[in-house]
This record gives sequence, structure tokens and C-alpha cells, in this order.
Amino acid sequence: MIAKSNEARCTSCHAGYGWKGNDFDFTDQTGVDCLVCHEQTGTYKKFPAGAGNPAPREMVFPGNGKTYHPPDWNKVAQSVGRPTRNNCGTCHFFGGGGDGVKHGDLDSSLMKPNKMLDVHMGTDGQNFDCVRCHSTTLHNIAGRVYTTPAYEHRKSLIEDDLASKITCESCHSSSPHKEDAKANDHTDKVACQSCHVPRFARVNPTKMWWDWSQAGKKKNGKPYKVKGELERPEYDTLKGDMKWAKDVVPEYYWYNGSIEHLTVKDVIDPGKDVVINRPVGDKDDIHSRIFPFKVHRGKQPYDKVNKTLVVPHLFPKGPADADAYWKTFDWGKAIAFGMDYTGLPYSGEYDFVETSYVFPITHMVAPKDNVVACKECHAHEGGRLAKLTGFYMPGRDNFRALDTLGWIVVIGALLGVVLHGLGRVFTANGRKEQ
Amino acid sequence: MEHAKMVNIYLYTRYERFWHWLQSAIIILLLITGFEVHGSFRLLGFRTAVDTHSFVGLSWLILFAFFIFWIFTTGEWRQYAPTTRKMLAVVRYYSYGIFRGESHPVPKRKEAKHNPLQRLVYLSLAALLLPIQMATGFLYWSYNSWPAWGLDWLSLPVVAAIHMAGAFAILSFLVVHLYMITTGHTISAHTRAMITGWEEVEEGTRIEDWEQKERKSPQTD
Ligand code: HEC
Ligand code: HEC
Ligand code: HEC
Ligand code: HEC
Ligand code: HEC
Ligand code: HEM
Repeated sequence: MIAKSNEARCTSCHAGYGWKGNDFDFTDQTGVDCLVCHEQTGTYKKFPAGAGNPAPREMVFPGNGKTYHPPDWNKVAQSVGRPTRNNCGTCHFFGGGGDGVKHGDLDSSLMKPNKMLDVHMGTDGQNFDCVRCHSTTLHNIAGRVYTTPAYEHRKSLIEDDLASKITCESCHSSSPHKEDAKANDHTDKVACQSCHVPRFARVNPTKMWWDWSQAGKKKNGKPYKVKGELERPEYDTLKGDMKWAKDVVPEYYWYNGSIEHLTVKDVIDPGKDVVINRPVGDKDDIHSRIFPFKVHRGKQPYDKVNKTLVVPHLFPKGPADADAYWKTFDWGKAIAFGMDYTGLPYSGEYDFVETSYVFPITHMVAPKDNVVACKECHAHEGGRLAKLTGFYMPGRDNFRALDTLGWIVVIGALLGVVLHGLGRVFTANGRKEQ
Repeated sequence: MEHAKMVNIYLYTRYERFWHWLQSAIIILLLITGFEVHGSFRLLGFRTAVDTHSFVGLSWLILFAFFIFWIFTTGEWRQYAPTTRKMLAVVRYYSYGIFRGESHPVPKRKEAKHNPLQRLVYLSLAALLLPIQMATGFLYWSYNSWPAWGLDWLSLPVVAAIHMAGAFAILSFLVVHLYMITTGHTISAHTRAMITGWEEVEEGTRIEDWEQKERKSPQTD
């Protein structure tokens, strides 16, 4: 789903602080709220639908029933300092409107993690802040995936501490293991994260499935929510069906550091799962590595005639808004409004398609004793890399014909000597017997 | 059939016996760990299997270099020189005579420890199979250095396939070899020889000219 026409909500995180209308200049840097990152009191909270502003007075957000207090501006302003995990987490742990909704490796469990969850940020270990790795040059935070294209170099920070791409190699080099360790031979093909983040969402659950087509059901004429086993909503009239999971094994793809996106203008094939974004990379590209991903799947509306994804208008702009889905539960109206607002063509007919969306998994590096075991990749069946083909891995791959022939010869030899031996026993063999 | 009188002869030197048992241990270890890496069974765990296989394989390469040096400096290589002589007789013996209790047509003695069939099998093994296995094993091990060594044109699946084929051939050889040991004049005679160096052979067996270690005169026949 997409930000457009829902800006008052989305701009609490995404650029657009103080958003008022469609002519807001998203490139203007003064539209960036300094305090989210730099205040250290922990009391600076944005009002969820306040276009990135905190509550100007005591206000209740109907979405969660919580009361939002205006910040104590004096204290907040005096506390300005280097950003901590909590600062960055205000947005990044709650992307998509809740804890762990988007990323499987960035959620509120990283505010005070232990070493088991993250060797770098663990408070009982290195206690890194995000900016320890995401070093900045004049606020250009290193580690962008969506704009800077592929990795060009895997530099050490000692060579260039302003590199725009941060990698694990920046601090550890590409052969951090004991000399002769097989792991060092892997780093040209297998990303560090593939071995060192055995599972994601190890403490808090993350959302894996989101079916918008089920939204809008009511109980006694009223919207309702159902909580699942993991203390997370399984059904919400506003959002549809959701599935959450903990301790999830990632999926693996070749990845060169950039991710390609479908746009609302691209034509899709509704007969297949629609891949909204995909990691770019190939086994023959020296800059690509096998990298772990969380794949979030779901169903969302599309235009049946134009075969494009659509932009529904979800969040009511005010009491008079008669089109917003979260007020009327009418997809037709919400989509028509959203598409018109964005200036995109809409045929008036919609349906739902299955879609997938990938998130790279990089955080939650486990201690060295909890590395992915060799056999989880080097296995004939059900290995982690079972879906990736075109290269040879001992233990995973073999040559059927050769194996069959080989065993026939070995068993043939065995049978041969057994028969020969029996022959000796039953015939007059026998210098010994005589 | 008449029972020939047996005498003990000293057949294998200390060095030979040491080399034989060391090499057996190495090959068996390589077979076990290699097939575990291949995924045929689970014993040591993949990681230990890989580490052991690479370590033993490399150590063997180094030892083998010493072995080659030794057989050429001592002239022992002649033991492995192929001969077609009596080959047929030997084949006939194993496929027929042995069942009738006949004596081996080419008994062991110091100057000719291997009969013609054995020689051919050992030679093809030593001259072909083991070096191929060592070469492909070494290439497999150095896989990550191929680009640096200008060997990018090699393909890992091809190297692995040859290495696998070699492994099957060696395993089959081992099966037959273990059985052949029991074909001495007693079940354990050959084994004892390889442990103590001494083996009983029939007294008075003449050592043929072509089986001599040192050839005093050029061959005429
Ligand atoms: C006000 C909310 C907010 C805060 C606070 C925030 N970010 Fe972000 N950040 C975002 C949004 C939204 C994006 C994605 C949009 C974009 O690419 O412009 C983003 C993008 C990023 C990216 C690049 C992601 C990519 O895949 O391209 C990195 C890295 C990042 N942030 C790190 C940080 C760090 C480190 C901090 C703390 C110093 C931080 N952010 C604080 C909202 C925030
Ligand atoms: C140990 C170093 C390290 C720490 C600490 C760290 N990151 Fe990252 N982060 C990385 C690396 C490496 C990448 C991958 C960048 C790339 O692929 O170019 C990354 C990628 C990201 C991305 C973009 C990729 C994605 O997952 O969508 C975001 C957003 C991000 N980090 C946010 C954070 C936040 C927020 C924190 C603090 C809670 C944090 N990081 C702490 C190393 C770190
Ligand atoms: C800013 C530098 C920095 C970056 C970037 C970084 N690390 Fe580290 N890493 C460290 C430091 C410092 C330690 C602690 C070293 C120690 O304890 O001896 C560490 C420790 C580790 C350990 C050892 C944990 C243990 O159990 O002892 C692993 C594994 C590791 N890092 C993996 C990674 C991976 C994977 C990445 C990329 C996602 C990464 N690191 C990125 C600095 C970094
Ligand atoms: C094939 C899997 C694999 C890959 C890929 C891999 N590692 Fe490791 N790593 C391991 C294992 C296994 C260990 C545990 C140490 C051991 O038993 O040798 C380890 C240990 C470590 C340690 C701790 C070293 C120590 O001895 O204290 C660090 C740091 C580390 N890895 C960083 C990295 C970085 C950085 C990368 C990417 C350049 C990487 N690893 C890629 C498997 C891997
Ligand atoms: C994340 C999955 C993964 C894990 C875990 C993993 N490997 Fe691999 N391994 C690979 C891939 C992918 C290749 C193929 C690499 C290539 O073609 O360069 C490979 C290749 C190999 C090879 C053959 C090529 C070579 O470098 O000799 C060996 C041997 C090997 N791995 C051993 C190990 C051992 C030992 C471990 C455990 C310490 C291990 N692997 C763990 C993915 C993995
Ligand atoms: C008796 C001799 C040997 C046998 C029977 C043997 C057998 C095997 C087998 C069955 C495999 C698995 C192949 C696959 O599934 O792809 C293997 C892998 C391998 N072999 Fe051998 N091998 C022998 C000698 C050697 C030698 C001398 C070396 C040299 C170092 C070597 C190095 C390797 C390497 C590097 C691998 C890949 C796994 C690893 O890194 O350990 N092998 N071997």
C-alpha cells in the first residue's frame, strides 16, 4: 500500500514534516524534524495522524485510544544529542504502523536487546547505537538500499569512513574467521548475514501475511479485532487478515545491494503472484552475494482492466471525508478517490492479487555459537538454499547417473567377492582343509 | 594333491609395511569423510567431515611426494612394472584353480611380491586412480584460488564429478582388495605378512628370470 492520499498518517515517519496539502515540497530539507532523532528525553511523541507533529494539547488518537501529551519543549530542546537506538527506532521499529510490521530484523526488541539477540547492540556487550554503523556525512545516513545502486566496493572504514554503503566487511574485513576456516572461502558468494542471522524476529513477532481482501467484515455492525496467539492482531476490520510469526528462517536470494520496485504504473500479471520489489543480483555477478530476506506476502487491490496496482485512500482526512476506506469500508470509493488524487487512470473495476515484498535481513546478528550450521545449506533436501540453482555445492548437489552407476559398481564388486568366497567354501578349496 | 613344505620369507620391509598401513588408514578416512561430505550418511557432522577430509587429503599429498621419491631411489618401482606374463595363468587360477585347491601360479617372493594380475590392478590404481583423485582433490581444495591462478575455466561440478567417480572406483577396489587378502594359503597369511613382513611360501619355488629384482642379463625370450 502506498503513502499518497494518506500523508497525514505516513508523514509521521516519511519525509514531509508539517505536511498540509498536495503542494508540499518533499525535497525541502527544512521539512525534516530534528527532534525525533536528536532529543533524548524519550517524551517527544508524534500524534499518529498529526502529519509528523506531536499533539499540541492533550489529544486522544481514536486508532488506539491512547492519550498523547504535548511535549515539555524546554526539556526536549535541552536534551538534544547524538541519536540513540530509541530515536531511530521511533520510526524504524514501527514502520507500517506497528511493531515489527515491516522489517523482521528491526523492532522494539532492539531498544534494549541482549547479546543473544544482537551481538552489536546488546546492552550486555558492545551496546552499539544505530549510528555506530550507520555513520553519516552531513545527514546522509549510510546504508541506503533503495537509491544507491549496487555495492561497488566492500571497503574497510579505515580506507574510507565516508563510504555510502556500509557492510559488515567495513569493520570485519572479508576474512574475519580463523585462517583456514571454510567460512572465509564463502564470503565471496555468501553474505555474512546469511550465516550470522540464523533466524529473524527472535524476540518479537513480525507480520508475514496481510490480506486486505478480508477487511471490512463487521460484528454486530461494528468493526472489530481478534488477537492471535502471539499477542498480535489476526483480524482487524480496518486491515483484514494478518499472520505473524516468530523465529523465522529467512529466504535467500542473490543480491547486489539494490532492490528493484514495481510502481503503480507498471502492468502486472494477476495470474501470478505479483512481485512488488525484488533483490537485484545474479550468481555470475561478482558484486552479488546470497543474502537473507524476509518475504512479506499478502493480498491487495488492483485495477482489473488496466492491470495495475491501485492507491486506495485509507485514512479519513476529516469528519466530512466520505471516501476514506477506514470510514466507509467501501473499496470502490476509496480506490476511485485515491487514483483520482494521484492522477492515475482507474477503470472502476478492482479485485485482489497476491503480492510479495522483500526486506533485507541485516540486524539481529547472533553470537558466533549460533551460526547457521553447514548442514542447513549443504543438504540434499530441504536445505536453506534449495531454491537457488546453477552452482555446485557438495552435499546438496550430486550427479544422479554417476551416483547410481557408482553404487552399482561397488555393490557389483561386493556381490562378486561374496559369490567367489562362497564358491571357495563349497568347492574343494583347500590347501587348508586338506 | 601333495602338500608342499612351507618356508618363511621376509617379504615386506619395515618402510613398505609402514607405508602400506598409513596409506590404508588415509584412504579409508578419505572414503568415510568424502562420502559424508557427499551426503551419503551422517557420522562426524558435515563440518568435521570437511575439515578432516581436507586435512588428511593434503597431508597425503605431501606424504605421497616422499613415497614417489622413495620408490624411484630404491628401485622398488619395478615391483609395480606391468607384465602380461602369466597373467592368463593368474586369471585362470582365481577363476578356476583356486576352487580346486591348486597352488598359486606366481607365488610371492621377495623379488616379486605382486603377481601379474595384482600388478596390473595396483599399477592402474597407483598410476591412474590415486593421482587423478589427488589432482581433482587438490583442485577442489583450491577452488577459491582458481581465479588467482588463472584457472577460472575449470568448473567445480566437473572437478567434483571426476573426484566422485574416482571415489567410487577406489571404494570398489577396496572391496575386492580386502577379499583378495583372504586368498592366501591361509585366510590370514597375507595380512600377517603385511604386519610382520614375513610370509610363508612353498619351499623351493624357483624365481623366474623376469621376476628378478636385478636383471643380470638382457632378456632374450
Ligand atoms: C522520522 C522518522 C525516522 C527517524 C527518526 C529515522 N528514520 Fe531512517 N528512514 C525513515 C524513513 C521513512 C526512511 C525511508 C524513506 C526514504 O528512503 O527516504 C528511512 C530510511 C533510512 C535508511 C535507508 C533505508 C533504505 O533502505 O534505503 C537508513 C539506513 C536509515 N533510515 C537509518 C536511520 C537511522 C540510523 C536513524 C537514527 C539516527 C534513523 N534512520 C531515524 C524514517 C526515519
Ligand atoms: C552492526 C552494524 C549495524 C547496526 C548497529 C545497525 N545497522 Fe542498520 N544496517 C547495517 C548494514 C550493514 C545494513 C545493510 C546496508 C546495505 O545493504 O547497504 C543496514 C541496513 C539498514 C537499513 C536498510 C535496510 C533494511 O533493512 O531495509 C535500515 C532501515 C537500518 N539498517 C536501520 C537501522 C537502525 C534503525 C538501527 C538501530 C536500531 C541499525 N540499523 C543498526 C548495519 C547496522
Ligand atoms: C562498526 C563496526 C562493525 C560493523 C559494521 C559490524 N561489526 Fe560485527 N563486531 C564489531 C565489534 C566491535 C565486535 C566485537 C568484537 C569482539 O567482541 O571481539 C563485533 C562482533 C561480531 C561478531 C562476533 C560475535 C561473538 O559472538 O563474539 C560477529 C559474528 C559479527 N560481529 C558479525 C557482524 C556482521 C554479520 C556484520 C554485518 C551485518 C557486522 N558484524 C558488522 C563491529 C562491527
Ligand atoms: C558459511 C557461513 C559463514 C559466513 C558466510 C560468514 N561466517 Fe562468520 N562465522 C561462521 C562460523 C561458523 C563462525 C564460528 C567461529 C568458528 O567456529 O570458526 C563464525 C565466526 C565469526 C566471527 C567471530 C570470530 C571469532 O573467532 O571470534 C566474526 C567476527 C564473523 N564470523 C564475522 C563474519 C563476517 C564479517 C562475515 C562476512 C564477511 C562472515 N562472518 C561470514 C560462519 C560464517
Ligand atoms: C548459508 C548457506 C551455507 C552455509 C551455512 C555453509 N555453506 Fe558451504 N557453500 C555454500 C554455497 C552457496 C557454496 C557454493 C559457493 C561457490 O560456488 O563459490 C558453498 C560451497 C562450499 C564448499 C565447496 C567449495 C569450496 O569452497 O571448497 C565447501 C567445501 C563448503 N561449502 C563447506 C562448508 C562448511 C564446512 C560449512 C560450515 C562451516 C558451510 N559450507 C556452510 C553455502 C553455505
Ligand atoms: C582416497 C582418496 C579420496 C577419496 C575416496 C575422496 C572422496 C571424496 C568424496 C566422495 C567427496 C565428496 C564430493 C562431492 O560430493 O562433491 C570429496 C570431496 C573433497 N575432496 Fe576428496 N577424496 C579423496 C582424496 C582427496 C585428496 C587427496 C584431496 C586433496 C586435498 C581431496 C580433497 C577434497 C575436497 C577439498 C573435497 C570437498 C570437500 C572438502 O572441502 O573437504 N580429496 N572427496
